[in-house]
Amino acid sequence: MMKLSALQQSYLNRRPGSFRGAAPLDSSADGAIKSPAAVFWLVLHGLCCLISLVLGFRFSRLVFFFIFSTSVTTNTNHFMAPFRQLATTTASDVAFNLPSNPASGGGVGDAALNRTRVVVGRHGIRIRPWPHPDPIEVMKAHQIIERVQMEQRNQFGVKNPRTVIAVTPTYVRTFQTLHLTGVVHSLMLVPYDVVWIVVEAGGVTNETAAIISKSGVKTIHIGVDEKMPNTWEGRHKLEAKMRLRALRVVRDKKLEGIVMFADDSNMHSIELFDEIQSVNWFGAVSIGILAHSGGAEELSSFATVEKEVEEKEKKQAIPVQGPACNESSKLAGWHTFDPQPYEGNNAIFIDDRATVLPMKLEWAGFVLNSRLLWKDNEDKPHWVRDLDSVVDGDDIESPLSLLKDSSMVEPLGSCGKQVLLWWLRVEARTDSKFPAGWIIDPPLEITVPSKRTPWPDAPPELPSDNEKAVNNMEESQPIVKHTKTRSSRSKRRSKRKHEPKTVVDTKEQSEQN
Amino acid sequence: MEIRNWIFALILCHAALVLTSCAVELARSPPTERISGSAGDVLEDDPVGRLKVFVYELPSKYNKKILQKDQRCLNHMFAAEIYMHRFLLSSPVRTLNPAEADWFYTPVYTTCDLTPNGLPLPFKSPRMMRSAIQLISSNWPYWNRTEGADHFFVVPHDFGACFHYQEEKAIERGILTMLRRATLVQTFGQRNHVCLKEGSITVPPYAPPQKMQSHLIPERTPRAIFVYFRGLFYDVGNDPEGGYYARGARAAVWENFKDNPLFDISTEHPTTYYEDMQRAVFCLCPLGWAPWSPRLVEAVVFGCIPVIIADDIVLPFADAIPWEEIGVFVDEKDVPNLDTILTSIPPEIILRKQRLLANPSMKQAMLFPQPAQPGDAFHQVLNGLARKLPHDKSIYLAPGEKVLNWTAGPLGDLKPW
Repeated sequence: MMKLSALQQSYLNRRPGSFRGAAPLDSSADGAIKSPAAVFWLVLHGLCCLISLVLGFRFSRLVFFFIFSTSVTTNTNHFMAPFRQLATTTASDVAFNLPSNPASGGGVGDAALNRTRVVVGRHGIRIRPWPHPDPIEVMKAHQIIERVQMEQRNQFGVKNPRTVIAVTPTYVRTFQTLHLTGVVHSLMLVPYDVVWIVVEAGGVTNETAAIISKSGVKTIHIGVDEKMPNTWEGRHKLEAKMRLRALRVVRDKKLEGIVMFADDSNMHSIELFDEIQSVNWFGAVSIGILAHSGGAEELSSFATVEKEVEEKEKKQAIPVQGPACNESSKLAGWHTFDPQPYEGNNAIFIDDRATVLPMKLEWAGFVLNSRLLWKDNEDKPHWVRDLDSVVDGDDIESPLSLLKDSSMVEPLGSCGKQVLLWWLRVEARTDSKFPAGWIIDPPLEITVPSKRTPWPDAPPELPSDNEKAVNNMEESQPIVKHTKTRSSRSKRRSKRKHEPKTVVDTKEQSEQN
Repeated sequence: MEIRNWIFALILCHAALVLTSCAVELARSPPTERISGSAGDVLEDDPVGRLKVFVYELPSKYNKKILQKDQRCLNHMFAAEIYMHRFLLSSPVRTLNPAEADWFYTPVYTTCDLTPNGLPLPFKSPRMMRSAIQLISSNWPYWNRTEGADHFFVVPHDFGACFHYQEEKAIERGILTMLRRATLVQTFGQRNHVCLKEGSITVPPYAPPQKMQSHLIPERTPRAIFVYFRGLFYDVGNDPEGGYYARGARAAVWENFKDNPLFDISTEHPTTYYEDMQRAVFCLCPLGWAPWSPRLVEAVVFGCIPVIIADDIVLPFADAIPWEEIGVFVDEKDVPNLDTILTSIPPEIILRKQRLLANPSMKQAMLFPQPAQPGDAFHQVLNGLARKLPHDKSIYLAPGEKVLNWTAGPLGDLKPW
């Protein structure tokens, strides 16, 4: 099917002159050179080459076509007619449209050509006037894809999918919007029904309610009066209490479905929600732990060579928490988090710039059937403790304490080999200030040009006033630089190490000016 | 009386249970639709008993020796001629008695002269074919009886029995004179074209079934790509000016849709090509230098709706498979509006096409598995041959009567091989 360029070249070599040209040219390079006819053809050939050189290949072909067109039969002429009035991408020197090549009309196969409407030879490349995607069509295509995927789910996916009951403990802080929006988006993508129970430390607030209402799923917003403590240990304990509170709500309202714990700063994959549909009573999945939340400074502090080597070895294996199976795919034990390598280097307070360590077994790695929690449920397996027997003062480290027999846990995700969610804790300083709802209204009056603008010749001058820009060039720039400074300012609060440098730079520059 | 009533009720309950369990089992398999072509449900016909094929014993220089010289012939898209031979040798339709045969098969591998790159050269093929026919006409009386009208040949090359890869040259040559009365089994098909004669059987190009089976992904993987295509848009080596390759259609696809996020098109050769096709809703099958393409086979096997951009193309087994209902046909002049055309297809029709593609008999009909399985492309070819029976009495010539001109054609063809 592919043409052979090497072959074509050898073919061309054998036949001097172009093979697509008019027939008389091809004939007699190998004939007797002495005969006058051969000399005549040679002269003609040379003339053709000269004309091609002068006029360009395409134009010279056309000249020959017009000269020799009387000798070609009328049948083939009729087929040269379809003039394609189209733009071609190939930039030809000659700026007019070209007819289909007369190569097919060597006189042979006239009868066949009469029947077909498909012409052999050169065609124009059709490009429509605005060759870019149309947003309405893109939306229609997405609807088609959604319909196809829904059909796929009906055929091959989970039969009788159960509601997903997501439990999220949260509290108002700088990064709450960031983390909670991540959970909102994950839950919006889940193809099953979702009931979202949000438990908030410090009572129900409007801020949290505003974020949750954007999700479009059914939400239950509960407040717990205790404020979130400043230490990680305290936070873990309070979060456990909050989750138990949510489980009591599930029991009291007799909610039906699968309970999973969606911590607000975790990252969930959609396969997780598909996998938990297969749980019977109590299941466990593997979590990947992203414990390095220190940032660049932490890495640079490990300056000595030995520690660097250790770091490299540590970095290669991402710790994973979850069920461990033996050869017969039965639960044999647990992979827990080993805090030993991070000893002495972990964060105690929430805004410490050190590694935040998870507990041995995080709540997020467990899912349970909501019927486990119901009171007076005869179907409940005997190896589950009643929720009331768990007193608030108890040290609930992981949901395994809800079970009398932890060997009945079902390992999910091909026996723990698939990591379906990622654990991460990133928090800002407790005293950091952030704008309410993350909207700055009215906009700030002073703009400072950021050092890194994408326009290389942007002058780093400070415009005196937003509205009255003296220089015309700068009129467009303040609007754009507006956003640049915005981001550098808000990022000042974060733990990122390289951001403060930009702020410092701009400050220096403004001082220079 | 009461006991009888109880027994009757028990029997009824039992019957009801059995029926519902059967219904549940049937409902569990993914719904597919039966393919009823223009000729009825012929994909599942069994050719055994409906025809008899006699295979000529040619010296091995026509088949085995050629294959020994280059084993690549077994894997490229023209391998159908070799596998057809092997299938017929061990098939129940084969007969060793030529007197009772309906069809005669000549095993000559004309497409096995490969360049270092793997592309077949057709320059010796006419001579090879001619020499084979001279052999069978002198050693057996059956060729002269009908001058080949009850013989069939497998010519899977670019333009079939025109034996050239360049369309202009192929049209100039036309079908080899000696094959003008025989039935040709070829991959090329275009309406009103010199190189497709009346009564030819179009077959799909060979695609390795094991390789495709080994790349299957779970069916519940959501199809998230709208349109998928991998291949050349411009053939810079052979068509530097542009406009000849694919009649400009592939270049038009590129120029119009290269920045469209719905179209996943590029010239790369990814290792996940088969897996990506299974994640796509539509797969483009535009023409190249010839209108047919192995992409059609791949699209059907992987459940991706083929979008065929080739004017007047004749698709494989067109009389048995209702391609209009399975694929989407787009004229070459409509390529700039391809996105509008595809997004305006109603979702119900798209789902129906996917159900038709999911039918296992459809996928089987496109493949040449080894060993042969019922319903595969070999059997479809035999079905096609069986549908042409019984032979019309007019094909039989009087002894000594000659219809074909054995010396016609370019001088180079007449040299012995």
